[in-house]
Amino acid sequence: MTTAMFGAPVQRREDPRLVTGNGRYLDDLGQGALAAAFVRSPYAHARILDIDVTDAIEVPGVIAIYTHEDLDGHTAERLPLLIPHPSLTNPMTGYCLAPEVVNHVGEAIVMVVATDRYVAEDTCERITVDYEQLPVVVGLEKSRAAEVLVHAEAPGNCAAHMVQEVGDAAAAIAAAPHRLSLSLQVERSASTPMEGKGVYARWDSDEQSIRLYSSTQTSTGVRAAVAAKLGMPLAKVECIAPDVGGGFGVKIMHPWPEEVLIPWAARRLDAEVKWVEDRREHFISSAHERAQIQDVEVGFDDAGRVLGLSVKFWHDNGAYTPYGIIVPIITSTQLLGPYKPGAYRCEFFSMYTNTVIVTPYRGAGRPQGVFAMERTMDAIADYLGLDRTDVRSANFIQVEDMPYDHGLLFQDGRPLIYDSGDFPATLAKLKALVGWDDFAAYKQQAEAEGRRVGLGIGCYVEGTGVGPYEGGHIQIETSGRVNVSTGLTSQGQGHQTAFAQIVADELGVPIEDVFVTTGDTRRFGYAVGTFASRAAVMSGNAIALAARNVREKALRIAGEALEVDPGDLDIVDGIVRVKGDPESSIALATVAVLSNPLRYAFDESAQAATQFAGTGPMDYSKPPVAEGEEPGLEGKDYYSPPRATFANGMHAAIVETDPQTAEITILRYCVVHDCGRMINPMIVEGQVHGGVAQGVGGALYERMVYDDAGQLLNASFMDFLMPYASEVPHIETDHLETPSPLNPLGIKGAGEAGCIPVSAAIASAIEDAEGFPITSMPISPDELWDLRRQHAEGLIPDLRRGSRTVAMTNRTTKTTKTTKTSSTTPATPNA
Amino acid sequence: MSETTQTAAEPLLEITLSVNGVRRTAVAPARRLLSDFLRHELRLTGTHVGCEHGVCGACTVLVDGTAMRSCLMFAVTAQDHEITTVEGLARSVDGTDTGTPTMNPVQQAFIECHGLQCGFCTPGFLTTITAYLQENPEPTETEAREAISGNLCRCTGYQNIVKSVLRAAEIQALGAAETTNERGATA
Repeated sequence: MTTAMFGAPVQRREDPRLVTGNGRYLDDLGQGALAAAFVRSPYAHARILDIDVTDAIEVPGVIAIYTHEDLDGHTAERLPLLIPHPSLTNPMTGYCLAPEVVNHVGEAIVMVVATDRYVAEDTCERITVDYEQLPVVVGLEKSRAAEVLVHAEAPGNCAAHMVQEVGDAAAAIAAAPHRLSLSLQVERSASTPMEGKGVYARWDSDEQSIRLYSSTQTSTGVRAAVAAKLGMPLAKVECIAPDVGGGFGVKIMHPWPEEVLIPWAARRLDAEVKWVEDRREHFISSAHERAQIQDVEVGFDDAGRVLGLSVKFWHDNGAYTPYGIIVPIITSTQLLGPYKPGAYRCEFFSMYTNTVIVTPYRGAGRPQGVFAMERTMDAIADYLGLDRTDVRSANFIQVEDMPYDHGLLFQDGRPLIYDSGDFPATLAKLKALVGWDDFAAYKQQAEAEGRRVGLGIGCYVEGTGVGPYEGGHIQIETSGRVNVSTGLTSQGQGHQTAFAQIVADELGVPIEDVFVTTGDTRRFGYAVGTFASRAAVMSGNAIALAARNVREKALRIAGEALEVDPGDLDIVDGIVRVKGDPESSIALATVAVLSNPLRYAFDESAQAATQFAGTGPMDYSKPPVAEGEEPGLEGKDYYSPPRATFANGMHAAIVETDPQTAEITILRYCVVHDCGRMINPMIVEGQVHGGVAQGVGGALYERMVYDDAGQLLNASFMDFLMPYASEVPHIETDHLETPSPLNPLGIKGAGEAGCIPVSAAIASAIEDAEGFPITSMPISPDELWDLRRQHAEGLIPDLRRGSRTVAMTNRTTKTTKTTKTSSTTPATPNA
Repeated sequence: MSETTQTAAEPLLEITLSVNGVRRTAVAPARRLLSDFLRHELRLTGTHVGCEHGVCGACTVLVDGTAMRSCLMFAVTAQDHEITTVEGLARSVDGTDTGTPTMNPVQQAFIECHGLQCGFCTPGFLTTITAYLQENPEPTETEAREAISGNLCRCTGYQNIVKSVLRAAEIQALGAAETTNERGATA
């Protein structure tokens, strides 16, 4: 019997290659290629007056030096606006090489091509660029003050302004028995994969074609963009994502200037050209995310039920908006989490600053949204003196409410309708896992010992598997080898294993015979990409459907050969056999032979398919390939969902804060996660671990420190505090499997989940330990120390812990803003 | 582009190292980093470069058995030293060049415990842990975590790497016990 592969913790098929040094990442390719390096702007906002390359052309080994003047056709134009939106009224994108003005430190100005990277960098150092420095906008406060503009075309520094509203939130809040306001803030972080970006292009002058390798999350996207920019037929451009050393969102953005320039230079020089991003380049010229300022107003009843919620936030989109306003749209919609507010209004402003662009980073706007909602839930619980989980329970969407329509439009331009989920069950599991009800006693005991501990919680719902589609192709060779391909890419998610598990089960073949290729446009040309926790949902289902097509065809051909009804056949271990009569069988490999009528036999087994072989009764009225049939044992299908499928989860953290040093230690971290049916629980668990680690980084360590001049002060791994093993806690996990009714496999995405509620849960725990509100993340020990000082001076109030007086119940109470930024009254950017 | 491949301004040195038990000689300028030399001159691309300033540990190789960051060494300074890269770990376990290389206990453990995702940082962890377990064959969980806390990984959250260290120690102990038994049997 074939063991079921779906749902089993199968060891990864990619690992033997990767642990022996046989992975092939971008810089492992093209060993003989010319190397590119870039002169990048040292200023955040400046006019380029002159570029002098006199000294540079003397460097032995330099091949070419290019500035914007050298670019031609579409390569000289602005980079594309990938996701236009009606609310994005002032979109702005950059150039491959800046022509006149640079808008952030790190923007590319000159490209050098040389015999190797050392020489290319030597050459860059000898190029002199004269600049006229312009006033700089850093941070949301400065951006919305709009005393200086990043782009003259964007008044008030506002790229987009968007409002979505369900019901009359203002009226609902005004009429509510209780009201609260919160001012919140989240700072910048970034994907920071261990491998940066990289591009390698081979121009074939005989075929007039380009083969392009990019460390990307979308090879089809890069291919289309490069063909358009270079004015080439799509048929003459191939793009391959080799092994990719992590993505986390930054590599879904495309085309990066280098993705256009490297193939452009390869064609122009008739040579192989490669560029590999170094760590500093990655910090200053790729993408960041997360920074938002949020104002929340909420009205609620005595049970803590939210009657009206109004959120207004400012989103820092950096210098350009090539990826549109996807991140703030996700914040504004996913903020709702597992809850149903009576009325909801969300308004956001997407703002320009002279900093690196902002595009999705794992979680993509959700961590900020969840932070806003969960801080609000904790504030309500604190105000009413209720248990924080009781307030959440009072607001949960119930199982019988599913599918639940929020009445909003989601990031895919389709309705925000939750397909399934059992939030009370998730919470019950979390409370059991962390020992929620026993914590008060533990805290009391710890306090008696002079220790400060706190328990926090964060709940989220994550829209995963957004469309528009993915496809899968399966071909069974005459050897029995099963080739599977799908267009989206892999960056460590174990697709070669998970997709093989699906195919092994659907086809009834040993997993060892299944070989999966992703992200290679030579193999599959139609795809969207790997982002939004969508690969398993989208390609997994497409591949399952393709496998079902192939299975049907195999059974039909086998049925003819064995002269039985296909319905009486089964496939086990790669053998098609008659149910109840295992002796009567035919190997899938042989079925593959028969599926392709041959004139020429290429080996012994192929002889069975040649024209005089005389297998079976011949009907000479029919052509060898029947009408509606195709030669070969292969099949293809696509999966295009009506809308996203919604996974959910809840995290709890127990932290200890040092009474003297304010050092913050995570004592326990618990996760309950529901992504529907799991293809491979080992891989899902690994995704959760990695997500939590990134969440911990974002909560306690990582931030992008810009000075007022727009210099990124911590653009290295020495200064940007990415967590080591010593900073990441042991993660305790439990799972629910609430299937999605939307797709054939009942699965939901899992990639981003782990990082989404971490800042919320840790803020909640620190607040519980300290006894005053935490409203800004990340938080470092010195910031916590400073908050303690402000608290001691009466500048920050105590948590109320429900000790409100009757007189206070019916008026708005504003929590004091406790961030290190000044608490200016938020204004509309154009006011 | 043959007419452009000379780098006349830069003197080239002949550098000889022992890499994974084989003497390898190549020509490179004095400033060539060991990491680049291994990757581009010797085409051993299993050693990865993640930060170029010695913080991430992806480029860790063994120099005379000690874990070192190859991005912080010049290739010339490794002259005549014994270098082990990730490509040499499988072979180094039984010390022979013949037959199919067996993965060493750390490599096996990483596969069993899902100790890697994208695999980019993995070679640095494998070399670091291989050297660590030579000195500390029976680490506790706390020690295992400490042992890997100089290497960055962005995918795994480290939990399964800690598990891999402990599992590798088990496999190593098992292998050692078998070897002892075999010796005992033949004696």
